[in-house]
Amino acid sequence: MPTVYASALIPASIERVWTTVRDFNALPTWHPLIVQSRIEGYKPADQVGCIRAFRLKDGGFIREQLLSLSDLEYSLTYAILESPMSVKDYLATIQLMPVTDTNSTVVEWSAEFSCSTDQAMALSELIERGVFQRGLNALKQRFGG
Amino acid sequence: MRSNNDLEDSVIKLTRSTVIDAPIADVWEILRDFNGHREWHPAISHSHLEDGKSADQIGVIRSFTLRDGGTVRERLLSLSDEDHSFSYEIVDSDLPISDYRAELKLKSVTDSNQTYWIWSARFETPPEQETEVVQTVSREIYEAGFQSIRDKIRNDRASFDQGSTGQAVNENVLGAKAMAVSHFGGPEVFYEKGIEIAPPGHGQVRIRQHAIGVNYIDIYCRNGSFGLVDVPAVPGLEAAGEVDMVGDGVTQFHPGQRVAYACPPPGAYASVRNMDASLLVPLPEYVSLESAAGVLLKGMTAEILLHRVHRLQPSESILVHAAAGGVGHLLCQWAHHIGATVIGCTSTREKIEVARQAGCHHVIVPGATSLVSQINEITDGHGVDVILDGVGRDSFHGSIQSLRKGGHLICHGQSSGRVSNWGLDQSTPRSITISRPYFYDYIDSPETLKAVSGNLFEAIEKRIVTIQVSHKFPLVDAAKAHRLLESRQSTGSIVLLSDEDVE
Repeated sequence: MPTVYASALIPASIERVWTTVRDFNALPTWHPLIVQSRIEGYKPADQVGCIRAFRLKDGGFIREQLLSLSDLEYSLTYAILESPMSVKDYLATIQLMPVTDTNSTVVEWSAEFSCSTDQAMALSELIERGVFQRGLNALKQRFGG
Repeated sequence: MRSNNDLEDSVIKLTRSTVIDAPIADVWEILRDFNGHREWHPAISHSHLEDGKSADQIGVIRSFTLRDGGTVRERLLSLSDEDHSFSYEIVDSDLPISDYRAELKLKSVTDSNQTYWIWSARFETPPEQETEVVQTVSREIYEAGFQSIRDKIRNDRASFDQGSTGQAVNENVLGAKAMAVSHFGGPEVFYEKGIEIAPPGHGQVRIRQHAIGVNYIDIYCRNGSFGLVDVPAVPGLEAAGEVDMVGDGVTQFHPGQRVAYACPPPGAYASVRNMDASLLVPLPEYVSLESAAGVLLKGMTAEILLHRVHRLQPSESILVHAAAGGVGHLLCQWAHHIGATVIGCTSTREKIEVARQAGCHHVIVPGATSLVSQINEITDGHGVDVILDGVGRDSFHGSIQSLRKGGHLICHGQSSGRVSNWGLDQSTPRSITISRPYFYDYIDSPETLKAVSGNLFEAIEKRIVTIQVSHKFPLVDAAKAHRLLESRQSTGSIVLLSDEDVE
């Protein structure tokens, strides 16, 4: 089961970064690959179990379900329900951690999933570098980093 | 320590974190060593691991002293190379803290190849001291630790850059081999390791080591019963060879000169090594390299025991345990020369002749008749004046009972194990003196080293003591040499030779 991991140091307090990241419907505001997003059934974006449906710049369509959200731990987890990638059992976590000596934040984005062996390398690379690291770098820029 | 007032202790949760500008593997390599904090943390004065355990053994206790004099003992509760984390608790300390548990964890910051380091603790402290304790722990322990790791990595990097610039420096690195121990254990923990030895630093000498002495203390290093090394490590405290290169400020030695040493730091089981020049002795021409590696540590031990720990007099009687062993043999020869009545004790009848030839007037093999009764017979019931006991647990009580009133027992080793279950009161009826000398305290300055080694070389030249190198092994067979020494079947010295073609 491939696991992927990316992280970035963001020059802003954990509360500020969390306000942006905890909004499960806000990916288009900071992730450069994502253009439209909505929460199905008009549910609030912080209701555990809600589903976001969004489009990628290249036209791909993805549905993801929020599985947990913790304001205490500054973390959220979600699963992919539908996507153009041939992955199964995809479970991802975003975790924020405070850097106390500079009042900044480290954001981690990780996932594990199943896929066919011959696609594992390419999919890991795509998700880790193309989606996660790219998104985190954009988030960092948004906070002036 | 708990507060005496009625208020309940405050429960404190404390977290401090930082980002270090280095890859996670580099930071983890430093931090995972549970006893490594003495190397980098400014608040720590010294630290050791208890019970000979290794630094990555769960349950190991590090016992350390703070710069301000306070003492703390902490137990390792978990360690994960997978998660780059470990946790520990305070077992006891002088601090107004109880139930302290802490976790230290690293995370990789992949956008910049840096490392996120979070250090968190939960503990209880009296409310009136809460502010001060929180400040002390967070600033003087956690944040000061962050800063010193940052400095250490910067300095290590600077010295690495310095060392790797310029062709001339690289050409002077010598490839060599060493025998290291992977973890504390039996002789099987030895493995061969290729090493690169940089040119000697200021005040240092690089030595091509031809012969390496094998001593009982090496076994303690290997099995962890002596806190001299953290594994993995290269043991060995004694070697002889030729000076290959001298560092800045070294004027007393020159390339090609024959030298030897017998002292910490461990690391002698190697074909090439850098050593501080102040720890070396130049060899006279009548002492070969093999002989030097076989005699220096044992011979200086004998010199110190008979001339410094106790100034042996011709009128005195002396009992030497393990009289046919490496140190015992030299002690008997030297004591005989001084004119004392020498009684040797050996473990087997086969060794009696060896002890006699070393100059023993009487040889005892405890067995059917106890040591004490045989000593009583030889000394008309008075006991001996001086006893040199390197055996420890198995001989200690017999030694005490064999001393005359006011006699001197010198415990200079413990090859059979530590002496326990003995209290001071048990010796007072006979006014005896017990010494537990530490060899290196007697050669801890260039002057004393010169005096002790000088007396030894003179004794060798005058044939007061003779050197018996009875077993030679190639360096790579260090495990075989240890098995032989531990079997107690050997007499004389064991040396390792670094040349490939040794039989």
